Amino acid sequence: MNEVVDVSSLATILTSTLLIGGAAVTLIGSFGLLRFRGFYQRVHAPTLGTTLGTIFITTASMIYFSALGSRPVLHELLVIVFVATTTPITLMILVRAAQFRDRAGNERGPRGQQ
Amino acid sequence: MSTMLAWSITGAQTLLGLAMACAAFRILWGPRAQDRVLGFDTLSVNAMLLLLAFGIRSGSALYFESALIIGLLGFVSTLALAKFLLRGEVVE
Repeated sequence: MNEVVDVSSLATILTSTLLIGGAAVTLIGSFGLLRFRGFYQRVHAPTLGTTLGTIFITTASMIYFSALGSRPVLHELLVIVFVATTTPITLMILVRAAQFRDRAGNERGPRGQQ
Repeated sequence: MSTMLAWSITGAQTLLGLAMACAAFRILWGPRAQDRVLGFDTLSVNAMLLLLAFGIRSGSALYFESALIIGLLGFVSTLALAKFLLRGEVVE
């Protein structure tokens, strides 16, 4: 475990709070994958982690590296823009594929529930 | 103050590891194929966030680029898998 370079106390508190908050929100979203029953409920759960958790953790990274380099470091905005753009596309196409597979009916089990 | 940041990074990495374990459970025991694809998408996003937290710990900007690449590859592979489930072939 290597040492963390010290920054100012305000940046430390902001970084720590945003890191823990983002990781907790991501864990709640991923835990929803286990809790929910059907696929169409389950597809809602990880969007919490992929949007809010990503925004929190990348903001924590931006604040820490800005305080470390004494200049604004904003290239983590790329991750926010990328994830916020691609998550709806992914989930929409996945739900469309699941609907197609349900209608085709070539799978065993109750339709639309599992 | 440095110890507080180190402990909060450790806590965040633990929480993200548990989230990755939930996604891995859904990959391994997902009842249908689309559940496994959804678990894989969640797993790749969680791996990206874990790399960002690791970059804060190490203090170098190298991990940001690998996090961006993991996010990109996760998106493309999830899209390819969903396309495969939709049509039965990836490239038409």
